[in-house]
Amino acid sequence: MRPFKYSKATNAAGAAKAVAGNKNAKFLSGGTNILDLMKEDVARPDELVDINGIASSQIRSTPAGISVGALAKNTDTANHPLVRENYPLLSQAILAGASEQIRNMATNGGNVMQQVRCLYFYDTAVNCNRREPGSGCSAIVGLNRTYAILGWSEHCVAVNPSDMAVALAALDTKVNIQMADGKTRSIPFTELHRLPGDAPHDDKALAHGEMITSFEIPKNKFAANSYYVKVRDRASYSFALVSVAAALELNGKTITTARIALGGVANKPWRAFDAEKFLAGKAATKENFEKAAELELKSARPLEFNEYKIELSKRAIVRALEKAV
Amino acid sequence: MTDYNERPDSEELSDDERAILSELGESRRKFLGTVSATTFGVLAAQLLAEQEILANYRVPEDAVFAPVAEENAVSVTLNINGTKRALSLDSRVTLLDALREKLGLTGSKKGCDHGQCGSCTVIVDGRRVLSCLTLAATCEGKTVTTIEGLAKGDDLHPMQEAFIKYDGFQCGYCTPGQICSAVAMLDEAKRGQLSYLSENIRGKARAVKLSDDEIRERMSGNLCRCGAYPNIVKAIREVHTGTEVAETWEFVKEGVNDAAV
Repeated sequence: MRPFKYSKATNAAGAAKAVAGNKNAKFLSGGTNILDLMKEDVARPDELVDINGIASSQIRSTPAGISVGALAKNTDTANHPLVRENYPLLSQAILAGASEQIRNMATNGGNVMQQVRCLYFYDTAVNCNRREPGSGCSAIVGLNRTYAILGWSEHCVAVNPSDMAVALAALDTKVNIQMADGKTRSIPFTELHRLPGDAPHDDKALAHGEMITSFEIPKNKFAANSYYVKVRDRASYSFALVSVAAALELNGKTITTARIALGGVANKPWRAFDAEKFLAGKAATKENFEKAAELELKSARPLEFNEYKIELSKRAIVRALEKAV
Repeated sequence: MTDYNERPDSEELSDDERAILSELGESRRKFLGTVSATTFGVLAAQLLAEQEILANYRVPEDAVFAPVAEENAVSVTLNINGTKRALSLDSRVTLLDALREKLGLTGSKKGCDHGQCGSCTVIVDGRRVLSCLTLAATCEGKTVTTIEGLAKGDDLHPMQEAFIKYDGFQCGYCTPGQICSAVAMLDEAKRGQLSYLSENIRGKARAVKLSDDEIRERMSGNLCRCGAYPNIVKAIREVHTGTEVAETWEFVKEGVNDAAV
């Protein structure tokens, strides 16, 4: 690991300013991703600003719903009574990811900011546009069984590995951000991650030095009818091949509102807007679920080794919706 | 790493075995610690490269290399297994390296060093974490329990006893991590923490009675290359339930398998 200066920030504004002042500085929260990347020499910060001392770990109810601190640990978030009762989809998604040791360390902000787990991104001996912009994508002609089927470009085919982010995308979450100049701003969660386009190295909507302080999830009527399905190579402790967060608001057997997001299929949590729109006002039947899934996957384009993901995604959508009902 | 010097001279050893052990001499650790750079230049060079990341390494007096200055030094005080330890470290030192290389607590193991295997699992402020992905600098004032801190004197922790009873290991490398993980995991279950297999998410947190599948799911962050999983699950189940777990095997009865031989 390369040498770095270590400092502790005591408030969000100070942390953002400290990182913004050094283009090679990075935030350190749980450390489960950044330290790994530094050991592999993929990330090369010369300064880490430890933000664990900042008071952004609260989980509390607000008039509009719930506020979840960016520095709350994944474990605390999944087990928080407010989350369990009102947003069980979020609990499920968090618990589907990583191991308990990692969830005890990882923060919510760090979770959604984690890097892709692309083998070629991690291998500093090969080309990667994300690591070295303009060098080329090795995965697109490589072992791409676990890679994207939606929204990829010739510059990058990696997928976002987070489970938590899939639930946050489905639940219309808002992201509160501390800017380096002391001000704050908010963006919809679905805009936090970008599709790779021609700039996969710049796939988050945060400027250098900007820091997530909290997530706000609005009130909803999904708690009784939501489900997170994760399909993976192992039964546990493995990244998703495909995952689906599904939430339904039902009036009898009719779907009033549907929220669906997919993980493991794109460089961002893939909000299934087409499927949601189709299902609104329809009966909650398997036939309709299948039609919705078909519609959403219409734009899917497989790589050499991952065509199976298209059918798998459709079936996972149907299963998640059936379980949600 | 077996420390042959500290191994009690057992009557079970033959004279030959005793001779070999005595020839092996000092343990590797002591050997590396006292080797002089002039005599073993190559070894010392490797050693120095390794130690570059460590702060207070004492270079032998006759070393030909200058000691590497401590870069980006951080001071941290940890409470480890009930003892306060003040350390000055390079900012890069992980909790795992601090434990193993600075404090001589080599029970916690470095398996993958990338947070994938769980062999470095220790308990920090009551929670199991991966010490290989934890910077020691972030642990100021925290309470760390390692495998060395579980027993009370000569009385092993019930989880250690159970691992021995059910043979929950083969090579033993993942075992300290497995045991620390299992100890913290049972506390999580008592507190009613959820897992991916939990069905009643919306209900209030209540102590969880763990099925074998639940034990497997909750322990999935600890890999065992020897595949001792069935016995690990049994050991944990006994500590969790307080009830002995029936073995699924039995000794061959005399005469029964004679034909097969």
